[in-house]
Amino acid sequence: MFVWTIVASVVLTIAAFLAGQSRAAGMRMSGGVALHSLPSYHGMFLAAGAISGAIVAAIAAALVIGTQSIVMPVAAVVGAAIVAGVLYPRINGEFRARNSFERFILFVLIACSGVAVLTTIGIVFSVLFETIIFFREVSPLSFLFGTQWSPTSTPASFGFIPLLVGTFLITTIAIVVAGPLGLLSAIYMAEYAGPKLRSTLKPLLEILAGVPTVVLGFFAALTVAPLIRNAGESMNLAVASESALAAGLVMGMMIVPLISSLSDDIINAVPQSLRDGSYAMGATKSETIKRVVLPAALPGIVSAFMLAISRAVGETMIVVMAAGLAANLSVNPLAAVTTITVQIATLLVGDQEFDSAKTLSAFALGFVLFIFTLALNYIALRIVQKYREQYD
Amino acid sequence: MNAPFQSIVTPASPRIMAERPMKIAAKDVNIYYGDKHAIKNLSIDIPDRAVSAFIGPSGCGKSTFLRAINRMNDTIPTCRVTGNITIDGRDIYDRDIDVVQLRAKVGMVFQKPNPFPKSIFENVAYGPRIHGMSQNKTDLEEIVVSSLKKAGLFEEVKDRLNAPGTGLSGGQQQRLCIARAIAVNPQVILMDEPCSALDPIATAKIEELIDELRQNYCIVIVTHSMQQAARVSQLTAFFHLGTLVEFGDTDEVFTAPQEKRTQDYITGRFG
Amino acid sequence: MTEIRSDFVAKRYAAERRFKYYGAGALVITALFLLFLISDIAIKGFPAFFEHRATVEVTIDPAKVDAAKPQAGDFDGIVKDAFRSLFPAAKSRADRKALGGLLSQGAADDLRDMVVANPALIGQTLKVPALLSDDADLYFKGMQTGLKITAGAGTLQIAQSGEEYVITGDTGDLREGQIIRANGGALRITKLEGSTVVAEAVLAPETLNTAVAGQWDMLTLSVKEAERRVNDKQVVWMEQLRSSGVIEKSIAWRFFNSGDSREAELAGLKGALVGSLLTVAVALLLALPLGIAAAIYLEQFAPKNKLTDIIEVNINNLAAVPSIIFGLLGLAVFLNFFGLPRSAPVAGGLVLALLVLPTIIIAARAALKAVPPSITEAALGVGASKQQAVFQHVLPLAIPGILTGTILGLARAFGETAPLLMIGMVAFIADVPQGFEDAATVLPVQIYLWSDLPEIAFQSKTAAAILVLMVVLFGLNAIAIYLRKRFERRW
Repeated sequence: MFVWTIVASVVLTIAAFLAGQSRAAGMRMSGGVALHSLPSYHGMFLAAGAISGAIVAAIAAALVIGTQSIVMPVAAVVGAAIVAGVLYPRINGEFRARNSFERFILFVLIACSGVAVLTTIGIVFSVLFETIIFFREVSPLSFLFGTQWSPTSTPASFGFIPLLVGTFLITTIAIVVAGPLGLLSAIYMAEYAGPKLRSTLKPLLEILAGVPTVVLGFFAALTVAPLIRNAGESMNLAVASESALAAGLVMGMMIVPLISSLSDDIINAVPQSLRDGSYAMGATKSETIKRVVLPAALPGIVSAFMLAISRAVGETMIVVMAAGLAANLSVNPLAAVTTITVQIATLLVGDQEFDSAKTLSAFALGFVLFIFTLALNYIALRIVQKYREQYD
Repeated sequence: MNAPFQSIVTPASPRIMAERPMKIAAKDVNIYYGDKHAIKNLSIDIPDRAVSAFIGPSGCGKSTFLRAINRMNDTIPTCRVTGNITIDGRDIYDRDIDVVQLRAKVGMVFQKPNPFPKSIFENVAYGPRIHGMSQNKTDLEEIVVSSLKKAGLFEEVKDRLNAPGTGLSGGQQQRLCIARAIAVNPQVILMDEPCSALDPIATAKIEELIDELRQNYCIVIVTHSMQQAARVSQLTAFFHLGTLVEFGDTDEVFTAPQEKRTQDYITGRFG
Repeated sequence: MTEIRSDFVAKRYAAERRFKYYGAGALVITALFLLFLISDIAIKGFPAFFEHRATVEVTIDPAKVDAAKPQAGDFDGIVKDAFRSLFPAAKSRADRKALGGLLSQGAADDLRDMVVANPALIGQTLKVPALLSDDADLYFKGMQTGLKITAGAGTLQIAQSGEEYVITGDTGDLREGQIIRANGGALRITKLEGSTVVAEAVLAPETLNTAVAGQWDMLTLSVKEAERRVNDKQVVWMEQLRSSGVIEKSIAWRFFNSGDSREAELAGLKGALVGSLLTVAVALLLALPLGIAAAIYLEQFAPKNKLTDIIEVNINNLAAVPSIIFGLLGLAVFLNFFGLPRSAPVAGGLVLALLVLPTIIIAARAALKAVPPSITEAALGVGASKQQAVFQHVLPLAIPGILTGTILGLARAFGETAPLLMIGMVAFIADVPQGFEDAATVLPVQIYLWSDLPEIAFQSKTAAAILVLMVVLFGLNAIAIYLRKRFERRW
């Protein structure tokens, strides 16, 4: 019924536009009235009224009766007709149709900007409500400090610590891989590579950044994990087939382009005069980079790492496909651990009952994840902003 | 330095040269930025323990030539230098010359003060540290303090050596940069319009400092201000469109220039 | 005391070189990883674009296929019988089952489609290619076992003793586990006792004649029978098919033409591709106007105040929120609160729209910012309203930049998986979705689903699906790069 609702609204909007335009044009033709606005603005004014009426009525109908019923397109038609009918008599020579229409447009623009805010509010409320219900059944203390996570067993236990440790184990591996690789690549690209080399290296990193995470997950699970397992076995090490190392390594490679492009920007923002000052003292390029450029860029680089951590913590597909499901409390990179995102995904895939603590716990995890990444992002973005202001 | 100065081709043979040994000699220097010919067939002899000022309208190549003396132009990929520039008779563009050591010997102070985002102490200690000039902390402190003293900044900052260098005023920052340059014990100090970003009071202090430093160093200063050149320098070189028009004792260049173009410039007909 | 130590300088230059190598090394490692990733997936996925079929002679028996209702005909029986008739010796139930295992369900479906389209074929005898099962297909692709066929060099005497066979003669080259093909049968060597070889029948030989050089050969298989999904008997049959020339290899168009299936050889991407298109279309239709409108407001009309700051900070933060959180939002708000259908492109599209909205807003703002204010001023100067200036002059100039950003956002939406798992787009759906409210899955989720299946054939299909996804993404990015280059304007 969505399609029909849209078709009906569009048809009525066009009709309203034509009606308004021809009424205004007719006035000019017959009475010789000097219109304040062009006839097309009168048309658009009426069309704006019609489409608002249609949207409001259709949403109301959908909320009351549901999206599947014929009522929705009918309501759209009725809503559009009523609003257009009410506004139609207002069209006359003195009516400032352009100003009214522009006010409407401005309102629409503001509303569209508001969608982003609404999304954030939507996220907060959708996870918060379920989380509150969850905490009625499970005490927040046993959630935050419990060391046993088994939501499907009876009795279920919801101790968050193993997930936290698992998430940080994999994130740590990822950052240990991505940090040096990303930062060194950025340094090489910003300070050593000529423009030609740079223009070949940048797309390389962009390709890596554009690889969907489900692809990396497949690669981690089916290629990297067996490789690590075989390598481990040949050294007589017990490696789980879903080792944290495999997921962490691939996740690290995923983050390399993020750290590298952020750091590249940051390093390029360090003023040339500082480099000149150092070269003029007789410093070599690497001394200049290590002792002047990097310290100057430090806040920006720290924030790049924070964004990278936030990205690693929130990454889902790689860990869903390559990390384990069992919540082992372990910091051994060769063992299988599980993460917050893996648990959210597994708890919510398939049929859900919204009255069970098992399903609700996923929202509690989502809440923790959201707050954590939001805090990291917020601080990181603030640091970058401050940093840029300093050198602008 | 025993080469008789008469043997060197210069547009003028300044009186002051007879009194002081020669430090820097450039012969038939050409500098290109890509296709742009920035310095054309320039030859000049610059004496030690004196201030030589480069003046001329914007884009005349005076800064370009200054940056060629410590090979700062090497950092610009499209830049090419031909001819030869010697310091104490050694060709600085020779293959055997190590840029790093050259730059330690030829310090530079820039247009805009550019202290590193580190403490005052670390700014001055930077050079000695990278060149491994001190054996221990006491040595290093000694170098830092004496450099700050030479730059006339010590009294103002002695209580806050660990405060960031960027927190100083513009004039103090520039003196910090001079202290930073002196700390590696250079023989030549190049200054690229060191006062253009400063107010008159700070400028006066820097000029005073330059006058003191000339007792021990060969100083080359590029300046936009003819008054400044007249105040601080013993020799003045006038650059125009990439060529050296005239080089001589400051008094003579300003009072009785030999070239018409110099005359026109200092009387304000162009530039 | 303050002299530069020249021994120090050499060390410093060494450090300089090392540092440069670290940087280059980091880039080389990254490039190698990318190369390894792409080549690994290409090698795994490439075979899945091909399929093997065996040409069999079928008779469309009117007794089995009713001309009035050809759909209901017993095509399965017809194809299987025709296939079995190639191996008249295989009579036992187990043998017939093993033979049937080489053939795909799809063989009968293909024949049904053919006859339904042309009922005149009923009663006729014709040669048709019959699709092989995934196991047989993998065998012919060389992914089940390595195989070496060596022509017999000497003379063998074969004698039967009870269940076993005893082979004597020039047996010097024979090894345990090898299969000897001679006298119309196949014998697997179980024991070597000096020059006497004990073997068991894979296919019982028709005679016990002495086989001279050229009349027998031996098959050496690199993977043990227990570790592969076709047994020795099936291998012998398939080798017979291969040498009789009925096996043909062709491009597996059904990979693009059909929906998902439990049978690896039949599973295709059409459902997922259509699902992806529908979902991304919804996302684009919503996010593009919303994003441009928000960008126009923030860049051109918004007053500098606290509220605008909040909106800006909010958008920047939203761009970095983990995608799985958007899935939770979709589940709680769109599915539970608004009651949108589960697994439907409309719900998925809504979630993806919100996900890419910040990206599009940020890109559109950058494009709008790049238009110099002199353009607006010129329009205002001739008496246009601010809105007329923006919509008639600034926006058209910013469109290429906005499009570039949008396409990159689209690429992100196309490859996104996690939030769609939350709203049920992860179910097994064999049918191609017909509309925005049908249950559907999308390409990346299909990849996730297939990657979880144990069959090797599905692994290969997963890699092939990844190749398709990557081609789509490369295409989108290429368009974006082209647009950027084509319309790049320096003010």
